Amino acid sequence: MMASAVLAPSLPRRAGALSWQRLLRSTNLVIGVTVLILVVASAVFAPQVAPYSPIDQAFTDQLKPPSLTHLFGTDEFGRDIFSRVLHGARVALVIGVLADGIAAALGVFLGVISGYMGGRVDALVMRSVDVMLAFPYLLLAMIVVAILGPSLTNAMIAIGIVYTPQFARLVRGAVLAIKEQEFVEAAGAVGAGITRILSRHVLPNIVSPIIVMATLTVGFTIVETAGLSFLGLGATPPTPEWGSMLATGRSFMLTAPWIATFPGLAILVTVVGFNLVGDGLRDLLDPRLRGRH
Amino acid sequence: MLKYIAGRLGQLVPVLIGISILVFFGMHLVPGDVAQLLLGDKGTDADLQRLRHQLGLDQPVYVQYARFLIGALHGDFGVSLRTRQSAIWEIGQGLPVTIELSLAALVFAVVFGLVIGVLAARRPHSLVDTTAMIGVLIGVSMPVFWTGILLLLVFGGILGWLPLGGILEGGMTFRRVTGMSLVDGVLTGNAPVVQSSLRHLVLPAVALGATSMATIARMARSTMLEVLHLDYVRTARAKGVGERRVVSHHALRNALLPVVTLVGLQLGLLLSGAVLTETIFALPGLGRLAITSVLARDYPVVQGVVIIAAGIFVLANLLVDVLYAYLDPRIRYG
Repeated sequence: MMASAVLAPSLPRRAGALSWQRLLRSTNLVIGVTVLILVVASAVFAPQVAPYSPIDQAFTDQLKPPSLTHLFGTDEFGRDIFSRVLHGARVALVIGVLADGIAAALGVFLGVISGYMGGRVDALVMRSVDVMLAFPYLLLAMIVVAILGPSLTNAMIAIGIVYTPQFARLVRGAVLAIKEQEFVEAAGAVGAGITRILSRHVLPNIVSPIIVMATLTVGFTIVETAGLSFLGLGATPPTPEWGSMLATGRSFMLTAPWIATFPGLAILVTVVGFNLVGDGLRDLLDPRLRGRH
Repeated sequence: MLKYIAGRLGQLVPVLIGISILVFFGMHLVPGDVAQLLLGDKGTDADLQRLRHQLGLDQPVYVQYARFLIGALHGDFGVSLRTRQSAIWEIGQGLPVTIELSLAALVFAVVFGLVIGVLAARRPHSLVDTTAMIGVLIGVSMPVFWTGILLLLVFGGILGWLPLGGILEGGMTFRRVTGMSLVDGVLTGNAPVVQSSLRHLVLPAVALGATSMATIARMARSTMLEVLHLDYVRTARAKGVGERRVVSHHALRNALLPVVTLVGLQLGLLLSGAVLTETIFALPGLGRLAITSVLARDYPVVQGVVIIAAGIFVLANLLVDVLYAYLDPRIRYG
């Protein structure tokens, strides 16, 4: 145990050791984090900031264009789009992050088992991953929603499942590389059990690629769940969800274009934020990529 | 090369069997069986039992799977619960529309992606490069369904330059050869159909291809930047080859390899995006069929669409791998 404790911290984690100066020098990261702070703040403080209820209908205010009373205009039920977009940030972030969490958790589990056990387990898991990757992702998500039934929670689970294979592959590769390292062998030699080896020695050393991937995929999981809602397979009315707001906006595109414009813009800004942070983290944590962009 | 292709084809068999298992048993998990859905509220218990027997639903599940697999191999996925047409006929109607749309999007993505990537790489950190890279970031982050709506709004609604959806002007018909209106228009020499198809295809293809274009541009830029600093490019410059020729003849050829791989990965994105694009532009393709069938719980069609789409996706990826092996001999012999 002593030997493994001494040897363990000597590997790539060091390469990822970050200083504030380096973090601040990454323009992508700084802009991305700023954008995300704004998005998260609007989600957290939506009830305080939003001037109107996101659900209450006001039939005297139907389809009003953007003005000082309604910054982003109103929809066909007279609901304030600005308030709905703010509340939509809550739904998007919670659902997107949870879907990403499902994908990461399942993927890490499968990847670690597959990479560490090897042999038949590895073959079985990897062939299953191949099968899942053989589906265009939205079709796979649609099958899952067809089985579970359309709802926002099920859309989230579906997207989580769809992104699992990517995490599983990444983690398996990382585990394969790390398990041959001497400190892992040493841990085994001094009698550490498999759970201890995996949790104390293997997992901590593959955290950075997982974090980068998770950050990069949150943007996609948000877009994908919004896509399922847009198709009618996710959020149901009157939930203020960006995808379903866009679907409604499509019907009023020529008469009230603001209904579809602002939720779309909200998705774009959020995803740009996550992509910038993901790219920034990748450049910082992966020394091989540094300076290439 | 043939050995390589045969090997890769062999690897496909378990994947395709896996796909069929997932789709078949996945659909089995759905509450309510096909017989019940076919009968609806009408019919007695006896009718239900008779229908279940007719459809083979009273057989053990492995027998049902075997029958499903044999049917699928013959292109028989059963009858649509929604239209009572055979599922494969419905798929046959939608498939050409989706293929035409995806190919048009791919052409747009590859051509514009390469041009933007190369232009940006020639003068890194210049105004052109920075603008292109901001555009790329936005392109990668824009959801296809929003891009589609905005394009429709601007070019269809406000400017009125292009039609608001569909594949041809109302009342226009064409002689079906492949089922793809543009291709058939060209094949039969029908100029109005070609013109109308092109006008209808532009916006959906741009909407669908935008994300892929941005991804390809980013990849093309970074590989070009790498290649342009290699010794053989310096040698070419040193012996007096013009910059344009260095880029197009020497650098681009080697920078294309990762882009080819990327194109393979984009196929899944395009097929997925087709579901959304076809919904926005009211195109009667496979994606729209898939979503209509899922919402109507029309499982025979869902099964058929998913298996056909996954099969095409897998084969297209194989094609990309073969192309890659052809371009880079190290893979064939590695």
